[in-house]
Amino acid sequence: MNKAVSKREEPIAKERGYSHGPGRGVFDNLILHIHPRTVPEQTLKFTLTWGLGGMAVLLVLLQITTGLLLMLVYEPSPSKAYESILILQNDVVFGQYIRNIHYWSANLLVIVVFLHLLRVYFTGAFYRPRRFNWILGSCLLFFVLASNFTGYLLPWDQLAFWAITICTGMFEYIPGLGMWLQKAIRGGTEVGSSTLLIFFTIHTSIIPFCLILFMAFHFWHVRRAGGVVIPKRRDEEQEIEPNYVDTIPNLVFRELAVALVLIAFISVFSIFFDVSLADHANPGMSPNPTKAPWYFAGIQEMLLHIHPLFAVFIIPAAVLLGLMILPYLPYQTHAAGIWFVSRAGRKTAILGAVVALVLTPTLIILDEFVVHINAGSSGISPAVSHGLLPTFLLLGAVIIFYLLVRKRFSATRNESVQAVFVMLMVAFVLMTLTCALFRGEGMKLMWPW
Amino acid sequence: MGLGVLALAEFIGVIIAFFWPRKPKTAEGGFGDIIVAGQVDAFPLNTVTAFPMGHFYLCRLEDGGFLALSRKCTHLGCTVPWMEEDRKFVCPCHSSAFDMRGNVINTPAPRALDLYVISIENNMVKVNTGQRIKRTEFRAEQVTYPKDV
Repeated sequence: MNKAVSKREEPIAKERGYSHGPGRGVFDNLILHIHPRTVPEQTLKFTLTWGLGGMAVLLVLLQITTGLLLMLVYEPSPSKAYESILILQNDVVFGQYIRNIHYWSANLLVIVVFLHLLRVYFTGAFYRPRRFNWILGSCLLFFVLASNFTGYLLPWDQLAFWAITICTGMFEYIPGLGMWLQKAIRGGTEVGSSTLLIFFTIHTSIIPFCLILFMAFHFWHVRRAGGVVIPKRRDEEQEIEPNYVDTIPNLVFRELAVALVLIAFISVFSIFFDVSLADHANPGMSPNPTKAPWYFAGIQEMLLHIHPLFAVFIIPAAVLLGLMILPYLPYQTHAAGIWFVSRAGRKTAILGAVVALVLTPTLIILDEFVVHINAGSSGISPAVSHGLLPTFLLLGAVIIFYLLVRKRFSATRNESVQAVFVMLMVAFVLMTLTCALFRGEGMKLMWPW
Repeated sequence: MGLGVLALAEFIGVIIAFFWPRKPKTAEGGFGDIIVAGQVDAFPLNTVTAFPMGHFYLCRLEDGGFLALSRKCTHLGCTVPWMEEDRKFVCPCHSSAFDMRGNVINTPAPRALDLYVISIENNMVKVNTGQRIKRTEFRAEQVTYPKDV
C-alpha cells in the first residue's frame, strides 16, 4: 500500500526537482491542500503581509494544544476552579509554563489579528474579489475576542469575576434584547456557577469549532482570489505579469522561519513572565479599580464619558456595521496591492492619525476636568445630555473631517474613507491605552508609574 | 422545504432552550428568598446595615422608615460599599455615588439603586430578595414604615 502511494507520487517529486524520503510526499500533499502548487514571486516579500495571517494560524494551533493540556487539570465550578489553577501552577510540572504560553499567545493573537486587519486594509486587499473574505475575517476577529473574553473568567479570581461582571453588565443597555441576553450568557441574574459552565463550554468547544470552520472558509477564499494580493507600485498603471515560483520550498520555508521565530519568542517570554492570579473571586467586594480585559478597555473608556446606551450599543454597532460594509462602498479606483491607495492617500491617512492623536487626549482631559454637566439638575435626560448630544457632535466632527479631506486635498473616496478609518482606529487605540494604562483607583486619570 | 424550515426552527429552539436562564435554586434564608432582617428596634434611626448574604443594605431613615437597597451598582453591576464617614455608597468600578436613599449623586450610574420589597410583620422586618424593583429615583411611597410609628 505504502509502496503504491510513493510510486504514484514519484514523478511529481522528480518534476519539482528535489528528492524526498518516504512520508515526505504525504506531508507535501497536506501543504498543497492549503497552498497552491505555485505562488507569485512578488507576494513572498515579507513586508507585504508581515506574515501576520500565518502567525495567527500558528497562535491558534498553540492555543489548541496548550488548551487541551490545561483542560486535563481545570475544573469548571466556582468551588474548584481557583483551586485547580493553584494545583496547575504549584503541583503540575510545567503547569505554570503552559498557562503562561496559553495566556500570552492568546493576548498576542488579539494583537496579531488586529494588525492583520490593518495590513489587509492598507494594502487594499479587501476590494473585489476579496470583499467577502473581509467579512469572514471580521467574524474570525469576533471569535478571537470572544475566545479571549470567555477564557478570562475561568481562573475565577477577583480580576476575572469583576471584569466579566462589568462586561456582561454592559449587555443591559442593549435595547429590547439586552436583559434577556445578559441572563442567557450569565445563566441567571448574577455571575455564578452557571456562568462559569457556559463560558467554559463556549471557550473550549463552541469557539474552537467555529474558529476552525471559519478559518477553512477564510483560506479557501484566499485561494479562490488567487492567493494574497499582488503588490503594485504607486506609479505603475500596468499590471505586471506575476512570475510564479514553487510553493515548496519558497513559501513554505519562509512560513516555517516565521513560525519558529514566533514559537521561540513566546517560549522565552513565557519563561520570564508568569501570569498572575489574584485573590479568589468574592461577589461581595469589587476591587478598585475594576477594569474590563484590555481589548475592551476602549469601550470602557467610552463608558466613562458617554451614556451607556451609546457607549456600549449604538456607537460600537455603528462602527461594526461600518467595518462590514467597508469593502462594499462605491469606490472610484481599484487600489488593490498599493499601500495606502496612493501618495495622497498616505498624506491624508497621516492627517487622520494626527487629528485623532490630538483630539482624543484633549477631549478625554476636557471631559475629566473641565466640562461637568450635572445630571438631574439640568432637567435634560442624561441619555440626551451624555448620549445623543456627544454622539452627534462626534458624528458631525467625522463628517466635517471627511468632507474637508475630500475638498481640501481633492482626495478620492478611497483616500477619504481611509483617512476616517485611520482616525477612528487611532482614537480607539488611544482610548484603549488610556483606560488600560492611565486609569487607577476610582478610574481617575493617573500616570501608570 | 417546509419540513427543512421546521427542522431548523426546532434545532434553533433547542439551542435557545439550553441557553434559557433557569430558575436559580435558592437556599432558605439565602439570596433570592425572603430574609428576616430582625426586630424593627434593632436598627437605629439614620443607619445603614449590610446584609451580605442577602445582597442588600437595610437603610433606616431619619423618620423611622425602611428601605432595602440592592448592593448592585446600576451602571454595570459592581458591588457598592457604604462609606460611613462620607455617608454615601461609592462604586469602586466607575466612581458612581449614591445617597442613603439610593439616589444618584455622582454619575455615570443612570438610575437610583434597585429596591427589594420590605414587609413588616409583628415588628419583624422581612426583605423579599427574590423581587427586585427598578426605579429612576427615590420617591416617598417607596419607604416602608412600621405600623406603630
